[in-house]
Amino acid sequence: MVGIVSYGAYVPLRRLGPGTQGWTAAGEKAVANWDEDSLTMAVAAAIDCLGDIERGTVDGLYFATTTSPYGEKLAATTAAWAADLRPDIITADITDSLRAGTAALRMAADAVKAGSAKRLLVTASDLRMGAGGMDGGFGDGAAALLIGDKDVIATIEGSYSLSNELLDVWRASGAKQVRSWEDRFVFEEGYLKILPRAVKSFLEKSNLTARDITRAVFYGPDLRRHRQMAGLLGFKPEQVQEPFFDKLGNTGSAFVPMMLVAALEDAKPGDKILLASYGDGADVFLLKVTDKITGIMGRWGIKNSLASKMIMRSYSDYLAFREFAASDPERFGGASASVIARDRDAIYTLHGVKCLTCGTVQYPPQRICTSCHTKDNFEPYRFADKKGKVFTFTLKYGADVPGFARPMVDTMVDFEGGGRAIFGMTDMLADKVKVGMDVEMSFRTLGAGGGIHNYFWRCMPPRPSAEGWLGKETK
Amino acid sequence: MESIKDKVAIVGMGCTKFGENWDKSADDMLVDAASEACEDAGIEMKDVQAVWFGSTRINTAEPCTTALKVDYIPVTRVENLCATASEALRNACFGIASGVYDIVLAIGVEKLKDQGMGGLGTVSGAGGNGTIEWGMSAAMFFARMATRYMAHYGLTYGELKQVLAKISVKNHYNGSLNPRAHFQREITEEQAINAPMVAWPLGLYDACGVSDGSAAAILCRADMAKKFRDDYILVKGLGLAVGARQGYLQPDYDMVHMEETVRASQQAYAMAGIKNPFKEIDLAEVHDCFSITELVIMEDLGFCPRGKAPEYVRAGTFKLDGELAVNPDGGLKSFGHPIGASGLRMMYEIYKQMQGKAGPRQRKNPTLGLIHNFGLNPGSGIGSVTILGQRD
Repeated sequence: MVGIVSYGAYVPLRRLGPGTQGWTAAGEKAVANWDEDSLTMAVAAAIDCLGDIERGTVDGLYFATTTSPYGEKLAATTAAWAADLRPDIITADITDSLRAGTAALRMAADAVKAGSAKRLLVTASDLRMGAGGMDGGFGDGAAALLIGDKDVIATIEGSYSLSNELLDVWRASGAKQVRSWEDRFVFEEGYLKILPRAVKSFLEKSNLTARDITRAVFYGPDLRRHRQMAGLLGFKPEQVQEPFFDKLGNTGSAFVPMMLVAALEDAKPGDKILLASYGDGADVFLLKVTDKITGIMGRWGIKNSLASKMIMRSYSDYLAFREFAASDPERFGGASASVIARDRDAIYTLHGVKCLTCGTVQYPPQRICTSCHTKDNFEPYRFADKKGKVFTFTLKYGADVPGFARPMVDTMVDFEGGGRAIFGMTDMLADKVKVGMDVEMSFRTLGAGGGIHNYFWRCMPPRPSAEGWLGKETK
Repeated sequence: MESIKDKVAIVGMGCTKFGENWDKSADDMLVDAASEACEDAGIEMKDVQAVWFGSTRINTAEPCTTALKVDYIPVTRVENLCATASEALRNACFGIASGVYDIVLAIGVEKLKDQGMGGLGTVSGAGGNGTIEWGMSAAMFFARMATRYMAHYGLTYGELKQVLAKISVKNHYNGSLNPRAHFQREITEEQAINAPMVAWPLGLYDACGVSDGSAAAILCRADMAKKFRDDYILVKGLGLAVGARQGYLQPDYDMVHMEETVRASQQAYAMAGIKNPFKEIDLAEVHDCFSITELVIMEDLGFCPRGKAPEYVRAGTFKLDGELAVNPDGGLKSFGHPIGASGLRMMYEIYKQMQGKAGPRQRKNPTLGLIHNFGLNPGSGIGSVTILGQRD
């Protein structure tokens, strides 16, 4: 039966919260670093989801978002390259709706059912900016779900969709910020009306009542309406998946998939999970957890991601991040479409080479081996999942480094299993960087120059799960 | 393989003032340096039979030809990053040593200050790749080596900074005695240590500046040098080693030495018959693009054992009145680094020192001098070593 084979999630390290100068909301929200966007977060979630699963067994990748880095140009292909998937797979971006995540889930399940693919990776990721007070409630993050029909940890038992034409929350093409109509109209004619209608229809159709559901995972625009919705749907508080409004924020099209990952982290065999997303209508799913759930291990997931955090110094730094992301098209230019095409395995997949004559691994790929000088006798070697140690580093204070990123950390990394290469470091505290420290790799963007997003890998300290690891970002 | 030793003589040299030469174009500086060299050799430009012209920014020979009006003779533009000017001389030497030409000109120029350049530049994708190796500056390349030097030899940040400061103070002092230097003022160790960071652990005074300049040499066959002057000097050895990025690719590279410098010096020492460089060489002009670079070069050239350069620096060994004067003219620290001119500028100092014309910087009876350049970065560089000496 078709269902979820594996899950993964990504919450960026940084938070706006109490202690952030200029931040007035009571809770925290997760915000992407300046070198992250919806695509890089999706890649992190995808890699978390795939764990030790053989990448060659994945037949497709869907990227669901309302904030794709490109208006025309698939992001799913970039994500697939970064996740080291095969090229003969299905790729699609599912966009423009808060329901994009669940729409992608349905499309993936249908594709598996139809036999178009055996395993499809659904990623949902968003990095939204809101007009006025909306932005305070928005958080950044991503989830990934591997859909298949073998070894599933949760089967998809049924689903229901409702389409609704309404301008309640929207973002016009070219606009940066999400807008909404007045609150009473938005909630009473939209969310509070449509989601209950869809959920009730589905439960009736399935001969189920709210009591039959172990865990209810459903969208909410904010904590107040989410609580109101639980009452409207007839769920008791203990049935309701925590929505993380005060820890994560509303992550748009990734919100319901991320809550689902959190629900799966706590799920037991036999649990029934109701999934309901909202946006231009509603999608409802019923999932039944299988005994395979106990075999899922080593996922970074939601709980660990949320626990590992760095409170940002100031709200203005966050605004500078977003300003940078939106960036001056000339800034940090230099990415070349033809170079990226030629070297995409090296740049996006972080493939180096292993010499088949002497076994030396090396990055970037060489034509002639650095050690034995044999020509063209290599196999690809994936560095993205290798851990390493900082061999040396420098902190860059140049005038070309934006204030919020100064000093920039540049490292030379020696990898476990061999190989040495140069990478910028991200999500670190510059004054804690040391020779010999452990690092792992993360897919990031180096900025947008000339309208080209310049994606590449950077190293970072492993994110420990202990609460308050980095504490407050300091000068 | 034959040695170049004693086959080629330098009979004239010229060098402009280095600095922010707002009032001079590359053409002006080429004319000034070449004219001084010709005058010094007692020849006219029309006597020059071939030219090797070094520049990293002017990427053809034509501007040099046009500026100097060296009509209808071979003019070749050479480029090898920071070793560009030395490469002009090296290739010119082969033109002479082959017997094809009798009198040639080696000249280098760089006009960096017309390009709004404030510091040795950001390399956006070395090797033409705009993504991998994005956004690196020369300071970062060498800062990595400084970090490694601390880790490798167990030096604290404070200990390293003090040693580096002594190098910068020395070079600024030497430069204060040199009217052709860009910066002609002394600095203190405290200034150097407390200067704003450029690329940790390197601060402002650990870095050389950016300037404009040109330098030139007239070469001829050694057996005809006496026709021009008595105090000509001889090329004793030439070494050039270009790295294949092995230090970037191979984790066994320690990043506290620059293999290309070691190899280039071995080539040059072998040609010159030098067995003990520290004892035999009187003066060395080395590539102090950053203070850490000079520190490591002292070990790479065999002037002191590995890891001992800080001791030698603290002892004042490389000061103008030390056992082996390093960068007696003030170095890149005082001159800045107009890339295509620097090697010949260094040779100019050795040449003048050999002739006893170095003014307040004059060392007593020097017989053997070394010129060193290093391009690109530790782990993947271009090392160049030239040995010049007195005639017998």
